[in-house]
Amino acid sequence: MRLMAPPQVCREAVELLSDYLDGALSRRVRRRLERHLADCDACGAYLDQLRATIAASGKVTPEDLAPETLEGLVALYRQFQLGD
Amino acid sequence: MSNRVVPVAGTVFTTGPRVSIVGPIASRVEAPSGNLLHVDDTELVDRIRGGDEPAFTELVQRYHSTLLKVARYFVHSAASAEDVAQETWIAVIRGVERYEGRSSFKTWLLSICANRARTHAVTEYRTIPTDPNPSGPTVAASRFDQGGGWRDPPVPFTEFVEFRHDSAALVRSVREAIGTLGDPQRAVVTLRDVEGLSTEEVAGLLGLSEGNVRVILHRGRARVRAIVEAATKGTGL
Repeated sequence: MRLMAPPQVCREAVELLSDYLDGALSRRVRRRLERHLADCDACGAYLDQLRATIAASGKVTPEDLAPETLEGLVALYRQFQLGD
Repeated sequence: MSNRVVPVAGTVFTTGPRVSIVGPIASRVEAPSGNLLHVDDTELVDRIRGGDEPAFTELVQRYHSTLLKVARYFVHSAASAEDVAQETWIAVIRGVERYEGRSSFKTWLLSICANRARTHAVTEYRTIPTDPNPSGPTVAASRFDQGGGWRDPPVPFTEFVEFRHDSAALVRSVREAIGTLGDPQRAVVTLRDVEGLSTEEVAGLLGLSEGNVRVILHRGRARVRAIVEAATKGTGL
């Protein structure tokens, strides 16, 4: 019979959640974490925050460029077009 | 026209040092019409082959800030990163006819940028940054009791007043937090979570192992989460 690993504490669980969301944990580690999450609302809330953070990151729009940067690059593009 | 590099507003594109230009500015750049926001990269690339300035402008607006973050990962200064980003666009303008679409435009663009930045880093004798604290805890020890359980448990962001009815506020907050990250976390979080590249692609671009990318990503995400939480804490639930 395989020995059960001791229950996971929250402090350890939070260090696994990024890999958990990316599906990068081994099956054994994932199962142990999932047992912890099933019983721990606070770590569930942490996981929720992390998920929301990642989802919001995906909605971040590009920063506005300095007009002179944009103008400079477009002018360069124009020059190459004219040169063709 | 020859391939001679031409001066444009702000900067001269040469292989030498950056030179500021005082003088006539290139004619006004036409802002891309709003509908280009929904045109995909492939279509924009097709259009820039035909000399479509608004399409080029849209691509620059879409990716320039990410190019700067990728470049900054390799080079020593913001000015140097600007040079790399500009060289990348020059390479795109020159090479777009040869781009065959085997990889996505984004992957192609970012690879050019990473390669150029690597070259700059070599000439600068730049050491690539490593995570300053690769193994410490990502959540403050004070949040836990002696047994490792939460003393000060987190609450889902959706329960914070400022985010409950305004998901854009969370996006703004996350964007600000990512901006405060140091490298390598900022580059990794931007490529993986903002641009949506795979761990494998991020590893390839930055010359890291996938394991390293995951560790840096974990730490970067945890940091962003903590900054957002700290910024909102105390404002009521």
